[in-house]
Amino acid sequence: MARAVTTKQKIMFTAAAWSIGLLIFFPILWTVLTSFKTEAQAINDPPLFLFFDWTLENYSVVQERSNYMKFLWNSVIIAGGSTLLGIIIAIPAAWSMAFTPSRRTKDILLWMLSTKMLPAVGVLYPIYLLFIELGLLDSRFGLVMVLMLINLPIIVWMLYTYFREIPGEILEAARMDGASLKEEILYVLTPMALPGIASTVLLNIILAWNEAFWTLNLTAANAAPLTAFIASYSSPEGLFFAKLSAASTMAIAPILILGWFSQKQLVRGLTFGAVK
Amino acid sequence: MGQIVLNQVQKKFGDVEVIPPLDLTIEDGEFTVFVGPSGCGKSTLLRLIAGLEDVTAGSIQIDGKETSNLPPAKRGLAMVFQSYALYPHMTVRKNIAFPLRMAKLDQAEIDQRVANAAEVLNLTEYLDRRPGQLSGGQRQRVAIGRAIVREPAAFLFDEPLSNLDAALRVGMRLEISELHKRLATTMIYVTHDQVEAMTMADKIVVLNAGVIEQVGSPLELYRNPRNHFVAGFIGSPKMNFISGEAASDMNAHTIGIRPEHIEVSESAGEWTGVVGVSEHLGSDTFFHIHDTGLGDTLTVRADGEVGFKHGDKINLTPRTDMIHKFDDQGLRIGE
Repeated sequence: MARAVTTKQKIMFTAAAWSIGLLIFFPILWTVLTSFKTEAQAINDPPLFLFFDWTLENYSVVQERSNYMKFLWNSVIIAGGSTLLGIIIAIPAAWSMAFTPSRRTKDILLWMLSTKMLPAVGVLYPIYLLFIELGLLDSRFGLVMVLMLINLPIIVWMLYTYFREIPGEILEAARMDGASLKEEILYVLTPMALPGIASTVLLNIILAWNEAFWTLNLTAANAAPLTAFIASYSSPEGLFFAKLSAASTMAIAPILILGWFSQKQLVRGLTFGAVK
Repeated sequence: MGQIVLNQVQKKFGDVEVIPPLDLTIEDGEFTVFVGPSGCGKSTLLRLIAGLEDVTAGSIQIDGKETSNLPPAKRGLAMVFQSYALYPHMTVRKNIAFPLRMAKLDQAEIDQRVANAAEVLNLTEYLDRRPGQLSGGQRQRVAIGRAIVREPAAFLFDEPLSNLDAALRVGMRLEISELHKRLATTMIYVTHDQVEAMTMADKIVVLNAGVIEQVGSPLELYRNPRNHFVAGFIGSPKMNFISGEAASDMNAHTIGIRPEHIEVSESAGEWTGVVGVSEHLGSDTFFHIHDTGLGDTLTVRADGEVGFKHGDKINLTPRTDMIHKFDDQGLRIGE
């Protein structure tokens, strides 16, 4: 007999699920709401939820004070560039580890991941010195390189996991069928690994987009992405919650929209291994 | 054409020698089965022939052409894998057409050949489905279809039926045998199932620990096993082995007698024992006999209607002309 679920239970579970969802989403919702308040309303006690005078003033002030498009463009280049470069390096790496593993493959994977166990600040000094030496400070190229290197272990790991799901016999079948290495990759491997590659790309773009340690420490005016744009509203003349919120909303909006439209792909990618 | 000659072929993985140097000739049009217990190197041998593994030493000639350094596709062979290895993102039609597309044939030719293969394998109405929408037997047929469209010099089958249920397996076994008769192309078939080997093969190659124990037709192996291993591996249920006094009386270290070569009787016989488990198959009954004073339990085949019960006393008489004698090395002692 299937498990019986009463209507009452169903309502309770639905309510609980919605509450948890709302709880997780609340900080983002609050940020978005605050961005439409005046500075006074933003720090009002008790806090105002929906009933305040909605205003777009913060957005226009933020627009006037900083060049949003420049930050956005930097973010796009840094997140996109580091992901693209990472994928290009990681695909052959994951490929060889998944399909022609050696005795040391597992060790190499773990060793790569171990670089993520060190707090970033631990290598700030050497990297900073290297950046000065190589003239990379406040350059988009430098950031692309650093973020690519930082996320590379994760990209390789994810792709490795997806590739492992592809049975080696299918590749051997393609070889028997006369496919060259190029054709094998093009017609057999890539179509089968596509959901995995897509979700890896998406996740990595999100990680790079939100990365705030290196982007803040290694940039000034030229290469500063949206994280720096947000940070610039959090200090000198005291706190301006409404403007900070407006800046934050503008910074997360593009990635939120991207995530929204690729939801299906993301979920499919993340459950790829489970359903085969 | 599809004669395959292995000459001193050897395979090592690191320091481990999986296949010590061996020689083997497979004649054109022959259905050859590699059989042996798991880990005996039969699949590795097949993969060496296919070119999916490189030989450590030795040569593989297909139709007189040295191929051991050629990539798989250049050897003119087609393979059917245990897991079918179909391309899940392609329709049945595209799966079957794939090798032809890789061979850069023109579209009309491809369509023609795919249609023929589908016809032969009863797949015509499934051509536009994906492998995920097919049953196990149908997937197996698609895998075979993908192999036959290429008109290869030889087919390689790697345990192709082990993922199917028992009833389907018998059906597919017949289909593959039928296909062999029709195409008259060399086939090499790997299995651990000696029933498949016996029923399908023109020639059986029995492998154990990478070594060829014996090569011969099914009945040759059944009648004249070269050693203890082959005697025990070919035939179902297994041959009974008896050592000790009964064997030394016949000047052998071990003697072997198949269950079907022992007669049972209530009244008189050479050996006596007590009936243990009886397996009734309808047509036959297998009795497992204990306390014979000969060592291990003996298995005996009797007519399906013979009725002994658990615990009954039973008399056994082996057919002396069917007794196999082996020396202390396990080798057959010739008459």
